[in-house]
Amino acid sequence: MLQQLFFGYYAFMIIILSLLVVTRGNPVHSVMWMLLLFFHIAGLYLFLNAEFIAAIQVIVYAGAILVLFLFVVLLLNLREELSLRQIAGSWPAAFFIVAALFITVTAALGAYVQGPVGSYSIEAIRSETHTKALGRLLYTEYLFPFEIASLILLVAVVGAVVLAKRKLRS
Amino acid sequence: MVPLHWYLTLSAAVFMIGMFGFLTRRNIIIMFMSVELMLNAVNISLVSFSHYLQDMRGHILVFFVITVAAAEAAIGLAIIISLFRNKQTAHVDEMNEMKG
Amino acid sequence: MPIAMPNLIPVMPELVMTGVAIILLMAELVIKRKETLGFLSLISVGLISYLLLGSAGTTFGGMFVSDGYSTFFKLIFMANLVLTVLISPKYLQTMRINFGEYYALTLFATLGMMLMASAADIIVLYLGLELMALSTYVLAGFIRYDMKSNEAAIKYLLLGAFASAILLYGTSLIYGLTGTTNLRDIAVYITHNGLAKNPLLMVSMIFFAVAFSFKIAAVPFHMWAPDAYEGAPTPITAFMSVGPKAAGFAVLGRVFLVAFGSVKTDWSVILIPIAVLTMAIGNILALSQTNIKRMLAYSSIAHAGYMLLGIIAGTPAGISSVLNYMFIYAFMNIGAFAIVIMLRTEGFAGEDISDYEGLGKTHPTAAALMLVFMFSLTGIPPMAGFMGKFYLFMSAINAGYTWIVIVAVLFSAISAYFYLRIVMLMYMKEPKEVIQLNTSPGIGLALAVTVSAVILIGILPAKVLALAQQAVTSF
Repeated sequence: MLQQLFFGYYAFMIIILSLLVVTRGNPVHSVMWMLLLFFHIAGLYLFLNAEFIAAIQVIVYAGAILVLFLFVVLLLNLREELSLRQIAGSWPAAFFIVAALFITVTAALGAYVQGPVGSYSIEAIRSETHTKALGRLLYTEYLFPFEIASLILLVAVVGAVVLAKRKLRS
Repeated sequence: MVPLHWYLTLSAAVFMIGMFGFLTRRNIIIMFMSVELMLNAVNISLVSFSHYLQDMRGHILVFFVITVAAAEAAIGLAIIISLFRNKQTAHVDEMNEMKG
Repeated sequence: MPIAMPNLIPVMPELVMTGVAIILLMAELVIKRKETLGFLSLISVGLISYLLLGSAGTTFGGMFVSDGYSTFFKLIFMANLVLTVLISPKYLQTMRINFGEYYALTLFATLGMMLMASAADIIVLYLGLELMALSTYVLAGFIRYDMKSNEAAIKYLLLGAFASAILLYGTSLIYGLTGTTNLRDIAVYITHNGLAKNPLLMVSMIFFAVAFSFKIAAVPFHMWAPDAYEGAPTPITAFMSVGPKAAGFAVLGRVFLVAFGSVKTDWSVILIPIAVLTMAIGNILALSQTNIKRMLAYSSIAHAGYMLLGIIAGTPAGISSVLNYMFIYAFMNIGAFAIVIMLRTEGFAGEDISDYEGLGKTHPTAAALMLVFMFSLTGIPPMAGFMGKFYLFMSAINAGYTWIVIVAVLFSAISAYFYLRIVMLMYMKEPKEVIQLNTSPGIGLALAVTVSAVILIGILPAKVLALAQQAVTSF
């Protein structure tokens, strides 16, 4: 019962905060609501026994990505923009499409059948700790994707410098 | 015990809110944030699937999704900055150099 | 814990590619003439193509597979890379964006495509796709001072990120249903547990179809393509119109035929309207364009529609005709873009279709080459484009989709109007103004390669087709 109450609180907050993020006119406010949203999602991850994911949700998502967003929003200082139309005129059509899609997906979720159960039960993860279990998999079975991820970060660094640096040698 | 369906419905709802934001908002930064919202929805469903399937693959995928999201944000914001240098706007309707 | 060294032979081409790209990034600091970097990447492509031929095998726990199918696609990516590097240097100088990172990023983008073609696991597929996409976004926005280029990059990035979110949602559903991300294991689980009629599987499949449609620019998910193609630097437009599209088809084929192979009747119902719409909208909107890059963007949308026919057929003949067409398309499309690049000089865009008026009189060779590419894109014999379309349509007819082929032939006839209009302008009109051609040895070589490929494959189509058929047998 307590668990369900907790979930209810998180779910309610997450929905309300996501609605606030997409409906606020001022991007700075959106970023702030998103920050709060990410903390709530991290709480949900703790609830699902994913401590490491909860930690990187706070450190990387809230700490790095959102700060980058906030930085750019403040740098650009889009005060005049606020007088422009913020929402496309065709929003009822978009609302209709999205609502139909939501109903379809939730209806289909009723047909969900549980997939095969693996060997990482809650006890197994607890005894090993989540970070260690994840790290061991990343460096053995998932070494290959892990290396590709490092290349993606390299491309991001090079790309961001090429695009945003003030002067480039030619 | 919270049933898996609750998590999946929550994830679907957040995904659809993000999609709605992407389709209707006209500020590039908020459109970009809507995509981040969609990615977070995916992460919620991956982590809950992982929990109920007692498997780590979902967590691994979430790890990669967060990495890629960081890279995407870096490049996206760099493009927005170079765009802003040429034209002081972050509004999609103001971008009309090309038509047809 | 003992650590077993994975078998590295299948990934050798990718490893060499990574090494060369990183060396180029560092060499850029000391090398003043940036063309040298292009030359270095050409040499590495030679080495990689050699390694590709002996790379068959599966490694990293079945996550990476190098088979005939992936090797054929990788050869297309190599051709795409070589031709792009050949047509780039002069353009980069004219636009004053001659930075060394350009070559490293094209290499990283190609590496991403190679990973996609070889991915046997959705995690690798997703990461390869992002590596390709992120590098291409940067390349599309490479002309930093140009508003159009910025716009192209941001539109491409927003829609690309949206598409990958959709792909991930589909992935999460399929993972929840089957407990795995390996494509073969997914297929096995679906057949063994009778999931074929599960509505959630259908929803997940639709999400995959939508995400891949974004990547190959199929209607109604094409809206980013005209803007991104028009605004991007022209060599990158050529690169984007072949590479990411081919990679998109590679994963589309592998995911739908391997993982969703048992529910083919269901996904063909989704892909048929997409294919018909793509051919219709692509060809009809191309009619009214005045900018040649934009026209070629709509033409590339239409060509994605033709190629979808081969996937819908789903037979080995269908898949091999897609490979065959993609190969031919790479040459004819980049050839056409090479001519567009030649018209660009400092202070003169040369991107209006009216700029081609009288080209036959002022520059007969360039006009003749353009004529060959336009004939090939239309599908007029004896050019390669005709043979490509012929095999595609035959495979669809043999699979029982005659009515779609009739529709495709009709739209292909419409396409003759806008391709041949350029030929008409070149030969029937008087030149308005004197146009200087901005040639270089690189562009000359690229044109020689593309035109001889288009004509040779047109006359002797059996060789490439046989290779494509052989590539599909191991699939």
